[in-house]
Amino acid sequence: MKHYSAFAIAREALRGHTGWERAWRKATPKKKYDVVIVGAGGHGLATAYYLGKNHGIKNVAIIEKGWLGGGNTGRNTTIIRSNYLQDPSAAIYEKARSLYETLSQDLNYNIMFSPRGVLMLAQTEHEARGYKRTAHANALQGVDTEFVSPERVKELCPIIELSGPRYPVLGALWQARAGTARHDAVAWGYARACSDMGMDIIQKCEVTGVRSDNGQVSGVETSQGSIDCDKLCIVVAGHSGHLAEMAGFRLPVESVALQAMVSEPIKPCMDVVVMANTVHGYMSQSDKGEMVIGGGADGYNNYTQRGSFHHIEETVRALIETFPMISRLKMLRQWGGIVDMTGDRSPIISTTPLGNCFINCGWGTGGFKAIPGSGWATAEMVAKGEPGPLAAEFGLNRFREGRFIDESVAAGVAH
Amino acid sequence: MLILSCPYCGVAADETELHPGGEGHLVRHGPGSSDDEFESYLFLRRNPRGVHVERWRHVHGCGKWFHAARDTMTMEVIGTYPAQVSEPPSEILNALGARSA
Ligand SMILES: Cc1cc2nc3c(=O)[nH]c(=O)nc-3n(C[C@H](O)[C@H](O)[C@H](O)COP(=O)(O)OP(=O)(O)OC[C@H]3O[C@@H](n4cnc5c(N)ncnc54)[C@H](O)[C@@H]3O)c2cc1C
Ligand SMILES: [Zn+2]
Repeated sequence: MKHYSAFAIAREALRGHTGWERAWRKATPKKKYDVVIVGAGGHGLATAYYLGKNHGIKNVAIIEKGWLGGGNTGRNTTIIRSNYLQDPSAAIYEKARSLYETLSQDLNYNIMFSPRGVLMLAQTEHEARGYKRTAHANALQGVDTEFVSPERVKELCPIIELSGPRYPVLGALWQARAGTARHDAVAWGYARACSDMGMDIIQKCEVTGVRSDNGQVSGVETSQGSIDCDKLCIVVAGHSGHLAEMAGFRLPVESVALQAMVSEPIKPCMDVVVMANTVHGYMSQSDKGEMVIGGGADGYNNYTQRGSFHHIEETVRALIETFPMISRLKMLRQWGGIVDMTGDRSPIISTTPLGNCFINCGWGTGGFKAIPGSGWATAEMVAKGEPGPLAAEFGLNRFREGRFIDESVAAGVAH
Repeated sequence: MLILSCPYCGVAADETELHPGGEGHLVRHGPGSSDDEFESYLFLRRNPRGVHVERWRHVHGCGKWFHAARDTMTMEVIGTYPAQVSEPPSEILNALGARSA
């Protein structure tokens, strides 16, 4: 793999950009791999990357039914933060956030991590109390957050309306080291690094069946033929229920559509991310100047990648209350992704009833921020056969044992 | 906009008039049940790509719970029927059979 650098750009500028290579190889399936990962989203690719980098396992295939990063990884609003309430969440989200800080250097690929800070507005007394509690919990967990006053909110984000018609801003939970990154670049950067380690990324290849032998996984059936493997890791977000059915078990997961939209580009007007969970909407500004807007998820199962129209209406209403200056903005694009919701709004990183078959899912509306930490923890589990400290609490058994990791408050609005 | 006909009052209701209630016909387990049964009842879901039989409530109408059979891939509504049954009525089962045939 050729190294990307300022020098490389200068060299290619002088020779008409004829020397760039493909970022990753096109691969056709081999007969057998040590590990097969289903789903080339951020979590699948990061799992593969850390399997190679941290555990030396490189005979790996990542199988993707569409194109890599074409699932939720390429559809999200890119918020990265780690201000969750429970200890296991703080550990894995903070691990991810800190890995994001140096990910561009690690991958030699600019993922445009922008630690611009995230404000989560408190707009009811209850919410203010909740965020103060989170700030205290974060202090104990070593995650840097603070509860700030309305005046400070206005300083950080001058376009905000503090005394809106329904819910005045009473303060906010502020995480200065939180921010955004370029979602596609995260997938592409990991893909390039995986391909460079000799792993096969097989696109347009749908897994249609899981084969097993005496309760142990032995391979998968795909639209490009049958592939054997010693270990299988399912990382397919909204499609987890479908893959679990192939592998012979059920999950505590339901799939719904979550939507986002972007406006026409305007001049820079906001250099932080603002989430308004009570009115249900959030917004940031992309480097191109578009306002990136996200809102509610559908209340009922579906796989349509579209979502209900009334959610757009509700989200826009919430944001116009919060930022009156956007009321005349035109929206350019709207889209949906199929998110995998668990009852406690926490993910699943787990062994499964099928031997040597592992699963990473349940990130729901908020897994982009977790990609590096989740890949790190999942790779450790796949390599060692059992979860390490980062993943241990996120096992499937927590539901039957009543050990929920309740993040319904921290998850707040679907982000 | 998803539109479901309420089997009680006959109104073709927009989804904003309704409240979704999740998978239908779950077998309810109580005291004396095993951990497996509780887990299955409380948490595990079919989450199918295809026909989902689910519960809805006509909240901004007659206020009653009912069932719907709906395709989660196409959003096609196969039919709706009252809440007081433990499995879909025959006309819904026939419609489902005709689809898979
Ligand atoms: C609108 C929206 C906004 C969001 N905003 C945020 C945010 O601001 N911050 C945040 O942290 N998170 C956010 N999220 C959540 C985040 O996008 C996801 O949690 C995360 O991207 C999940 O990554 P993944 O790799 O698990 O799944 P995906 O990226 O969905 O990858 C799964 C892959 O599996 C493939 N696949 C499925 N079935 C098969 C099969 N049978 N065979 C082969 N391949 C298969 C799919 O094609 C897909 O590419 C948002 C999500 C949405 C939809
Ligand atoms: Zn009715």
